[in-house]
Amino acid sequence: MRPERPPLLFAFLAAIGVAFVVLPLVGLLSRAPWETALSDLGTPEAATALRLSFVVSLAATALALVLGVPLAWVYARVQFRGRDVVRALTTLPMILPPVVGGVALLFAFGRRGLFGPALDAIGIHLPFTTAGAVLAATFVAMPFLVLTVEAGLRSMDRRYEDAARTLGAGRWLVFRRVTLPLIAPSVFAGAVLCWARALGEFGATITFAGNLPGTTQTLPLAVYIALETRPEVAIALSLVLLGLALAILVVMRDRYLRAF
Amino acid sequence: MTPEVQNVTVFAGSSLTDAFTRAGNGFAKTNTRVRFTFNFGSSSTLATQITNGAPADVFASADEGNMQKVVDANLLDGAPAAFATNRLAIAVAPGNPKKIAALADLARSDVVLVLAAPTVPAGKYALDALRKAGVIAKPVSQEVDVRAVLNKVSLGEADAGIVYVTDVKSATDRVTGVDIPEQQQVVARYPIAVVKGSPKSALAHRFVDYLVSPDGQKILVELGFSKP
Repeated sequence: MRPERPPLLFAFLAAIGVAFVVLPLVGLLSRAPWETALSDLGTPEAATALRLSFVVSLAATALALVLGVPLAWVYARVQFRGRDVVRALTTLPMILPPVVGGVALLFAFGRRGLFGPALDAIGIHLPFTTAGAVLAATFVAMPFLVLTVEAGLRSMDRRYEDAARTLGAGRWLVFRRVTLPLIAPSVFAGAVLCWARALGEFGATITFAGNLPGTTQTLPLAVYIALETRPEVAIALSLVLLGLALAILVVMRDRYLRAF
Repeated sequence: MTPEVQNVTVFAGSSLTDAFTRAGNGFAKTNTRVRFTFNFGSSSTLATQITNGAPADVFASADEGNMQKVVDANLLDGAPAAFATNRLAIAVAPGNPKKIAALADLARSDVVLVLAAPTVPAGKYALDALRKAGVIAKPVSQEVDVRAVLNKVSLGEADAGIVYVTDVKSATDRVTGVDIPEQQQVVARYPIAVVKGSPKSALAHRFVDYLVSPDGQKILVELGFSKP
């Protein structure tokens, strides 16, 4: 990079850009009840939401890994008609307003949804259950994992796979012992991004899974509800989410904090 | 010179959605230079927004508690006026397939029940009614406002929800209402007030006056509200 002096206008607008993002965080921190934050987080409503959020976001990440890594492999390695269309469809939840995702889930897997009666027949109920919250989180978060893993697969050196194959390794062994270790950083990055998105999920969850402490009331929902009656609890929970977001940035610093 | 159209921003509890949309049109007939922007939500969310500086001209709450929050913050221009009351009903699927006849049926294990969150007026009133009836019912979800409860029932995701009679009346094609007897009823009192510092305070006061006038009351009664 060749350093340059910014034009005055750019410096001015850039400073406003920084302030625009930083000031709300300052506002949140200025209201933070530091002395009582720990006890606020220990209240039953906060502790329940914390526990549930970790369960839901980790389950969503696990589900996204199981489905998303093979999907990314197919996108990266298989030529088939309509691949770009299918990839566009599976990327859509990343851009779609989450509430729309929730409505769509409801009309697909809800009790009166397209597949609701079939699910009901085999005893599966998703709305208002923790499984439903996991599904909503996976729906919005999986594209982050798929795109990241696909990029990893496309940029890896396939000659290692070829070498293993010529030495007699089967496809499954090659995938497990050669491909997976090579794309491990991408899988890790994808999983962290996916987890972060799942942790912050609000719109699809409240629309599809509802809001019940201990069952579907994840951290963002608890923040929203608590803001009206127990703002100090809402702020304490917000600080937890802010801290996690910062931690994720540090973990992913090679991807985000260094531009080049 | 054509007179300028003034915009009045009204924050109102979600149960007032139909009533205020209609009353706004009625008021606009006599004052052609006014346009309304409505912000409907749970009264507790709206009170939180106003006490944090949201630019409302008028606030109408579904309970006195949330109006009191705004009074305590010294943010009202004049005292709140009672303009309507409401009662509760059980909203069920059209035709009442689960044969829900009373609050006691909401505790049945085959009934999927949705209530409003206990932080919002409709949720608090619902718990009061259940307590009066001596019923311990477990909802599967605590929705953010009463209209979200109505939606979960009309979408068929829930078998029953406790809402206002006016909500049932606004959705007669999508839900059926089950009456709650007098001794288990809870009366919701709706206060309205002009927010202090409103640049449209004259017009805002006239809208409040219109709601308590015979014309405004006629609209509210038609939609199932009772007089204050």
